[in-house]
Amino acid sequence: MGLTTPAAVGGRSASSITAGITKKGTDVKGKLIESALVGALGLSLLILLVLLVDLVMRSWPIWTERPGDFLTGGLNSANAANAGVWSAMKGTLVLCGVVVVVSFPLGIACAVYLEEYAGTSRFAKWTRINVRNLAGVPSIVYGLLGLAIFVGAMEGITGGRTVFAGGLALSALVLPIVIITASEALRAVPRGIREGALGVGATPWETVRSHVLPSAAPGILTGTVLSLARAAGEAAPVLLVGAATGLLRTGDQNFFAQLTGPFTALPVAIFSYARQPGDAFREVTAAASVVLMVLVLFMNGFAIWLRNRYERKW
Amino acid sequence: MTTALTGATPTHEPTPISLRTDPKRRRKDTAARWVFKAAAATTFAVTVLIIFTLVVDAWGFLSNLSDTDDGLGSLFDIGWFPRRGIFDIGTLVVGTFIVTGIAMIVAVPLGLGTAIYLAEYARPRIRRTIKPIIEVLAGIPSVVLGYFAISFINPQIIVSLFDSADKAFTLAAAGVAVGVLTVPIIASVAEDALRAVPMSLREASFGLGGKRSQTTFRVVVPAAISGIVASLILGVSRAVGETMVVAIAAGAVGGGLFRLTPLLPGQTMTGAMAALGFGSDQVAGNDLAFQSLYFIGLLLFFMTLVLNFLSDRLVARVREVY
Repeated sequence: MGLTTPAAVGGRSASSITAGITKKGTDVKGKLIESALVGALGLSLLILLVLLVDLVMRSWPIWTERPGDFLTGGLNSANAANAGVWSAMKGTLVLCGVVVVVSFPLGIACAVYLEEYAGTSRFAKWTRINVRNLAGVPSIVYGLLGLAIFVGAMEGITGGRTVFAGGLALSALVLPIVIITASEALRAVPRGIREGALGVGATPWETVRSHVLPSAAPGILTGTVLSLARAAGEAAPVLLVGAATGLLRTGDQNFFAQLTGPFTALPVAIFSYARQPGDAFREVTAAASVVLMVLVLFMNGFAIWLRNRYERKW
Repeated sequence: MTTALTGATPTHEPTPISLRTDPKRRRKDTAARWVFKAAAATTFAVTVLIIFTLVVDAWGFLSNLSDTDDGLGSLFDIGWFPRRGIFDIGTLVVGTFIVTGIAMIVAVPLGLGTAIYLAEYARPRIRRTIKPIIEVLAGIPSVVLGYFAISFINPQIIVSLFDSADKAFTLAAAGVAVGVLTVPIIASVAEDALRAVPMSLREASFGLGGKRSQTTFRVVVPAAISGIVASLILGVSRAVGETMVVAIAAGAVGGGLFRLTPLLPGQTMTGAMAALGFGSDQVAGNDLAFQSLYFIGLLLFFMTLVLNFLSDRLVARVREVY
């Protein structure tokens, strides 16, 4: 063949290059690196497994001895035997309701404006920068916003330290997440769909309503469910706004009185139980954590399922 | 104009055909545009309100503090005891650095290792299975990890590794738990950066006889380096702002001594805010101590703002190159 193999290229011997091309010989260093990478992944998964097992094991006495009593009991950080999560679950439900009503329409509308109307205008550019920065603001700062604005300045509307003020703080927290995920879903809709509608004379609003939004709906829904899970798991803003951490009975008052009175939430209950000393409260904390994890993981799982189910390649 | 289109024997005057959109539909379209624009404007309202709140109350804190006997000097006394009028911000910043540093020691190898494995080594089927599990890790609420820090990480790991560690609360346990929270953030941003590297670069390296490890670490990782650095900065920003883990597991209620050891309870910026704001410090009647909450908040806001901005620029650079 007239070709000669060079003895060495770039400091590597010819045999090493041949081995690289023909995959002969064992690459010890490569195997070591690969096992280190697998180890990093494995350790991350192991932590998750240990966390889940630890929670279930510790809360086991509660689930075997008084599951119904625990699920229907009120917040009680003085007596572990009477502590429950019912008032906390109700609070979390109402907080999520406020987020759905306030944050979702606002966030989706903002995403529609950015993707369908604004294009590359300066206002849109600044809005995008602003939204990305808001997404990185620590959650406790949203708590300060809630405390000063929703509890203080807007007391006439929210009624002070109520579940509405907490819900508004959470809405501000997840608003940038809703906008970012909804924008991604809208961007994934191909141009042709819009052009088809505009070409037969639809106005931009009609195009959005009848073509773009229905096509992007699964993606938008995925993003909103994910941000709802985030809101359900956040404690810091709700605590700053003034969620109850001490004693809160499940309450016999009518629904409206409960809404305007003191409130709590699942992550807040976990926080106040975790601060109590003693093994009895460790069990209660673990059990409340299991309830929150089931709720959050169910929402996340639903979102991932939605994404896989409706993922469309255009 | 329209008459030209009509036939020779018109029975009636034809209705003119207009290509202009029906004014009712146009009005609806304009209204919709304004509604959407108003929604976009609310995001600015949120930012302005946050900055306004923080600046006004932080300013109030500083001007009230300068009226006290010690004046602004109490910002530099050693220790953080808001009820005794000692507001040494340095104590909190050092605590935050310790927690963030430990978090990064945990999260950087785990997060980057996971990202590199998923992007460069894993078969598609494995990747499809692992990614949702990592997303589950990302969905764990921080209170749950705070509880995990005091129920497992501190007694089982920190105390058994270091005899001198506090039995109940340590900054180290809080740091490890914050690190666990940061792993999925680093992993997902870094993986996106690695996958954005064009396949042709890998093919060129393999074609020259490069092994997978050489291709990964000498070609793909350097090509994605700005995105990887961005993922680390984003991780630091999240760790600095993480509140609930520190509030549960770092142990300092109310005050905090100036400490450099991670094996004892300590106070961080977010931990101090939690103690002031959640009422565990009972400062509701003490205006000066309560206002210090906003001062720390402002500092935290600007720290994370700078970090996020840097990370954002770096990610944008990856996008521009490929």
